[in-house]
Amino acid sequence: MAAPIGNVVIPGDIFSFTQLKSTDDAKKILLGPGLKENDLEIKVIRPGILRYRKPGVYWVDCHHKRYIPSKGESVIGIVNQKVGDIFRVDIGGSEQASLSYLSFEGATKRNRPDVKVGDIIYAKLLVANKDMEPEIVCIDSYGRSSGMGVIRNGGFLFHTSLNLARKLLNPQCILLKTLGNRFQFEITVGINGRVWVKAHSDIQTIAIVNAIVASEYKDNDQIKEMCKRISKAVSRMEVD
Amino acid sequence: MASFTVVKQEEFEAQQEKGSAHVLRCLTSGLSCLTRQDGSVSLSQGDTTSIAVVYGPAEVRINKEQIDKATVEVIFRPKVGLSRPEHRKQERIMRNTLEPAIEAHLHPRSSISIIIQETEDLGSNLACCINSACLALLDAAINMNYMVAAVSVAVKENEDMVLDPSKQVEKEAKSIITYVFDSVNYQIVTIASTGSFSRVQHMEALKLAREASKSVFQFYRESVAKKLLMSE
Repeated sequence: MAAPIGNVVIPGDIFSFTQLKSTDDAKKILLGPGLKENDLEIKVIRPGILRYRKPGVYWVDCHHKRYIPSKGESVIGIVNQKVGDIFRVDIGGSEQASLSYLSFEGATKRNRPDVKVGDIIYAKLLVANKDMEPEIVCIDSYGRSSGMGVIRNGGFLFHTSLNLARKLLNPQCILLKTLGNRFQFEITVGINGRVWVKAHSDIQTIAIVNAIVASEYKDNDQIKEMCKRISKAVSRMEVD
Repeated sequence: MASFTVVKQEEFEAQQEKGSAHVLRCLTSGLSCLTRQDGSVSLSQGDTTSIAVVYGPAEVRINKEQIDKATVEVIFRPKVGLSRPEHRKQERIMRNTLEPAIEAHLHPRSSISIIIQETEDLGSNLACCINSACLALLDAAINMNYMVAAVSVAVKENEDMVLDPSKQVEKEAKSIITYVFDSVNYQIVTIASTGSFSRVQHMEALKLAREASKSVFQFYRESVAKKLLMSE
């Protein structure tokens, strides 16, 4: 019996290596999140859908709301505290991330960045380890900001499930493109399930937020349909 | 989000009438019934219902921090009033049952808190609470070694066994035993009992409960599948 790729698996399900290999010619098997090697078997430790990608990569795709930091991911955080030379930033994980004041573009000991408690920050995870405090930075390895830093000038920040954030960032998802054809707006999506939106008017911002939240369980055709309805409703409201 | 099995009142009564009573009452669940929590579920076993929510892996209080694994805490909230010593005992039973099931070492220095609100106790309350807690953990996609399923058995005065007893049966019963099984080998994880029973009765009740637990696991699988396949 081959492994049930695309089917729901739940913790405690067990596969043998031969079961996974029979769907694959690769010599090595790579186990992603949700799978664990246990003696000569593979054990599922998370409920979700079993996925497979060539060559020999298996993982469990599950519905999460809680973010678990992982190195190199771009996240949106909220500055909570200023302790000496570092800021404590809430990125939705089990621990607050630290952000040095020197890890901004152009920041020096004399020229401090303008960051206050309560600011929203778009940053990249430099250190993410289950045993250590996560550390974020607002510069890339060349010392450029490349879009990261404090997000200013209003807008609206809201939380979604991690799946929705990943869906928005997926190039195959047409939601942002379709919305972009109808409204002019700025958006920042953190992989930690936080999304910041700013449009010309509050009505438009709210409409975009609603569209994003509603798109979680919709496919591309349904999304197109929904965008059409929303833009009609918004234009009617703005006339009033 | 919700998965419902509808059993008509007459059918349910007919089931009860059969006398054998070796069936579970109908199970219904609503996964992600609350939005702000990491995982939540409302579960009903017959008329007994409870709501369980899970937060985690979240920030932990410094005095409860463990450097090698996550701290699992279970809070039980009774339907009315403050929690009393008997509820503390129930919390302890649930914590000891669920902690080994959770892969706590994957999230050191964090907390996984499970909060269970009793909404209606009409028999087999402990079993319902454990099952709802397990479903909430599944909803939050916490890493787990195995799942647990709890089944209650009541031994009546006339030595009859009743699976998943209702409040009335519980009141009249000589003893009530709650078994918790794991989902891999269907081995016992926990036994909580009140009253007296013989060894033979225990073996018989165990056999009954073990069979019933399989349908609970099947129910878990269906509930989770319904939630996950919604986005497909």
